[in-house]
Amino acid sequence: MSNSTSRRLASPASAHVLSLAIGLSIGLVFGIGLIVSGMSNPAKVRNFLDIFGAWDPSLAFVMGGAIAVGVPGFWFIQRRLKPVLTESFELPTNCGVVDRKILPGAAAFGFGWALTGICPGPALTLLAGNGLLAVGFVVMMLLGMLVGRVIKA
Amino acid sequence: MIETSFTPLASLFGGILIGLSALLTALFYGRIMGVSGIVSRLLPPRASGWNQQWTIAFIVGVIVAPLIWQLTTGSGVTAQFVASPIVLMVGAFFVGLGSVMGNGCTSGHGVCGLSRLSLRSFSATVTFMGVAFVTAAVIRFLFQGYI
Repeated sequence: MSNSTSRRLASPASAHVLSLAIGLSIGLVFGIGLIVSGMSNPAKVRNFLDIFGAWDPSLAFVMGGAIAVGVPGFWFIQRRLKPVLTESFELPTNCGVVDRKILPGAAAFGFGWALTGICPGPALTLLAGNGLLAVGFVVMMLLGMLVGRVIKA
Repeated sequence: MIETSFTPLASLFGGILIGLSALLTALFYGRIMGVSGIVSRLLPPRASGWNQQWTIAFIVGVIVAPLIWQLTTGSGVTAQFVASPIVLMVGAFFVGLGSVMGNGCTSGHGVCGLSRLSLRSFSATVTFMGVAFVTAAVIRFLFQGYI
């Protein structure tokens, strides 16, 4: 391989590594956010939803904090012509209308979330150190997702 | 019933980190940081035009986050389960199925969608939060808080 060829190949390869490293870092920030906020503790989620029980309103602050940085942040980012690492934004554009087709799914999700106190992000942070219960949750969640994807396909 | 303490500051700070990760995902990859979408697209049938590699790195990051947290702070991650194993498995199936059929979960609709002022995400979020509050109340009054 000539020098010029290897130089040309080095750039896409390092861009690829950079993309993976950034993806990993964002996952870490998100996961730490779930842990610090308390979202990763099923009892805290259930106590947020269970207003007639030992109600713990903390999780309202999680959504509040996320949206407080999210609203101005998305406004700025969407003014960019393109993302840093990819060619174009692939953000949903059908945001202006209520989509009745997705509401039964949202209801089913809310039901499962309240039963378990676990949504998909925390399901992943729970995997380490919580034994078969956490692994079983993720396996059953993946099964549900698979069924959903087959129905939608 | 397991008591948990009110932690407004920690929850606010954690929420800011969650919002920040959603913004970084949009800034670098131009995508919504929705965990159900990211995870479910790894399953068949294959999603066209979906670059899966950074999403796998993202998922690895979320999974190892508690280990990094434990190593750096020395404190463990509190996780108290609130359902019996069978209910946990049934609920997990509904979480997976519902988040795919609903086109998103707490992160995609609740954080990203609401931040983008999406009416579609707002209606989904109101629906899943509403059903979740009602379900928790039913569990409390019909099953003494534990099933």
